[in-house]
Amino acid sequence: MSTAGIPGTAGTPVSCPSCGEALAEGAVFCEACGSKVTAAVEPTTSAGTDVSAEPAPFDDLGSGPISAPTRITGLPGSPGQPGSGASDGRPCLACGAEVDGDGYCTSCGTKQPSERDHFRETPASWVAGVCDRGIVHAGNEDAMALLADEPAGSRAVLVVLDGVSSSTDSDVASLAGARAARETLRTPLPRGMGTDQGRDAAVAAAFAHTIAAANDAIVATTHADSDSPASATFSVAVVEGNRLSVANIGDSRVYWVPDEGETLQVTVDDSAAQQLIEAGMDRDAAETGPQGHAITRWLGRDAPDLTPRVAALDLTGPGWVLNCSDGLWNYVSEPSAIAEQVRAVEVGGAVAPLDVALGLTAYANACGGRDNITVTLARIDAPVAATGQNPVPTNEID
Amino acid sequence: MADFTASVFQNEYLPDGGTDVNAIVTVTCAGAGTAGQTGGGAAGEIIIVDTSGSMGPQTMAAAKQAATAALNEIVDGTWFAVIAGSDRAMLAYPAVSSGPGLVQMSAQTRSQAQQAVGRFVGSGGTAISTWLDLAGQLFGSVPQVTQRHAILLTDGENRERDDKLESAIARATGYFQCDCRGAGTDWQVDEIRRISQALLGTVDIIPEPSQMETQFREMMRTSMSRGVAEAQLRVWSPQGAQVLFVRQVSPTVEDLTDRRVAINPLTGGYPTGAWSDESRDYHVAVRVAAKAIGQEQLAARVMLAVGDDVLAQGLVKATWSGNSELTAKIDQQVAHYTGQTELAAMIQEGLAAKASGDEATATTKLGRAVQLAAETGNDEATSKLKKVVDVQDEREGTVRLKAAVDKADEMALDTASTKTTRIKK
Repeated sequence: MSTAGIPGTAGTPVSCPSCGEALAEGAVFCEACGSKVTAAVEPTTSAGTDVSAEPAPFDDLGSGPISAPTRITGLPGSPGQPGSGASDGRPCLACGAEVDGDGYCTSCGTKQPSERDHFRETPASWVAGVCDRGIVHAGNEDAMALLADEPAGSRAVLVVLDGVSSSTDSDVASLAGARAARETLRTPLPRGMGTDQGRDAAVAAAFAHTIAAANDAIVATTHADSDSPASATFSVAVVEGNRLSVANIGDSRVYWVPDEGETLQVTVDDSAAQQLIEAGMDRDAAETGPQGHAITRWLGRDAPDLTPRVAALDLTGPGWVLNCSDGLWNYVSEPSAIAEQVRAVEVGGAVAPLDVALGLTAYANACGGRDNITVTLARIDAPVAATGQNPVPTNEID
Repeated sequence: MADFTASVFQNEYLPDGGTDVNAIVTVTCAGAGTAGQTGGGAAGEIIIVDTSGSMGPQTMAAAKQAATAALNEIVDGTWFAVIAGSDRAMLAYPAVSSGPGLVQMSAQTRSQAQQAVGRFVGSGGTAISTWLDLAGQLFGSVPQVTQRHAILLTDGENRERDDKLESAIARATGYFQCDCRGAGTDWQVDEIRRISQALLGTVDIIPEPSQMETQFREMMRTSMSRGVAEAQLRVWSPQGAQVLFVRQVSPTVEDLTDRRVAINPLTGGYPTGAWSDESRDYHVAVRVAAKAIGQEQLAARVMLAVGDDVLAQGLVKATWSGNSELTAKIDQQVAHYTGQTELAAMIQEGLAAKASGDEATATTKLGRAVQLAAETGNDEATSKLKKVVDVQDEREGTVRLKAAVDKADEMALDTASTKTTRIKK
């Protein structure tokens, strides 16, 4: 399928997946039918673990195992695909009624987003995520990949990538990147040789490996000659017992929203706004300024630097770990504001993680939905140290 | 089985807060076959000829000739009858007084029917309600006939109380279709149009007896080519939406809005009668609740159903956009047919005003009609209008009523008012 002839690199398909017309090299749209041409993707398995034998954890996206050669164009709901928008029995997202084969609700008529434009994951009872196109953007370049074990509070991985919409095929790249990152985190984070320092170094090394895998997957989706290579932000939150470990590049954020006490933004953005804040500018002014959304670091073929900011936090009471894209935090940047919205959703009686994630997504859409929205949550009820682990004092690593 | 297709013409983009969605849906039928020959039930034809005393010798002779020609067009095997109408309806053929009132067409029955037509004598008055009721009874006497069509010729005004005709029309509505023709100028366009519109048929004037034979032959030929006995237009609209109107806009303007029957809470069915290989355009307008900019929804699903089978459908969409270049455009087809619908109304209202002596209103409305006919390229309407008014400025719609107008020209303008032209490519 690769036209570039580079192993592991996917190019533009040689014929339009929608109408079968031959395509020019590097074509983004089909000349015949106008369908957007999504590049075929063969995510690499730089993680070095063979997961092809594992059951696909994301059956809701209809994909095969991540390491198998996966044509992203085969995703139900990929633009230009037959059956695009058909929701395979999913009820209407607006009113819950049945959806017709052409993707419109049979009761309220609402067009159902494709599975790429709106998807949900609930890997365990205490972990859920929603990835939504929002309202203004034509496509969803955000992506997420979740992993969690039962019982509640044992282990969860929340990966969020926000594809840069000005570059080509960021939607494909971000999803491939998120899944590749998740695969590297199937095993617990290393604990080092017993010292905090050793542990921090080992965790940082593990996250560096995760980011390399995500970056490789993104680069693999990028056409060799692309003027505007796919790129994305990256943030990951790993909960292991009472320990929250995070890593990020760009401006997707992890917050700790305890039921009582002050909400914390655990990650620090790689953004022009953050630089201005560090230089003393007011947060509001910096984030709404002309460069408010310029990120200074990202993943992709033209990534300037792949070293993440890494941090950790020991959770001492019940609350929510929230990993989200700027589609949400644009409207609630201050930790106190985000906490307020979480409370507002909970007041409505929504306590299941998916309901809270949907509530926050709906809130961002109600605010205008100007960007893609990803909300991933892990509910912590009673943080306990992971097995064989003594409580560790709060420790920031950088 | 006939093949139906539907295509939609619309501007799906609505401005912020916009609620009204307009679309033209073109439904095309191919492979219709011949009436009564496609396995969906037998076809029945009834020819109703006015035999009242007002029919002059020349008109009567032409009517006999026309009925004879129409009988020639009826395909063998089709069930048929001939009614002679005056102040009561007479079954002229077949000569039966009980049992099935229709017979199947063959060389023999055709010749017998033509002989019966030849014996028509004009006498008595005009009670059209009795003609329609007898036609209904005759169709009802042969249960295997499921495609029912009649041709009605009259030359005079109905001499009954209005409500008698109205209730007869109501009884026939949805049961049989009827094309109506008026001979000469002593009949009422309004009255006969009420019949043809309710019974999904056409109305026209035959000013000269010599034109009658051709018209009858054409009408019957068209009816015989309708291999699809009955089809229904269905319009689904979302919960909470309001269907503002459903109109056929081509080949003629027919408002179907009030003829809705509920299929389910969100879907209404509208009668379209029988189909030949042809194309018809429908204008559907739906009011939906405004959504946020960027949202998209289905505003209507326009379907064509034969029996319980939906054979074609078109999707009418709504997408809210902040881009005024997108939202300000009016679809060409929608604009064209909106103009043609107004044209029909202006002609009918203008002629009604003229008849009641309100020349100012007549001048304004017919002036607007001239303007619309020119704008939408309806040359037939333009030429017919020019026989009734003197046009001073076509673009501005300034006209003067002609001092002397041939009554037939005025009636021809009236009967043709609902005919539309398709958009010029």
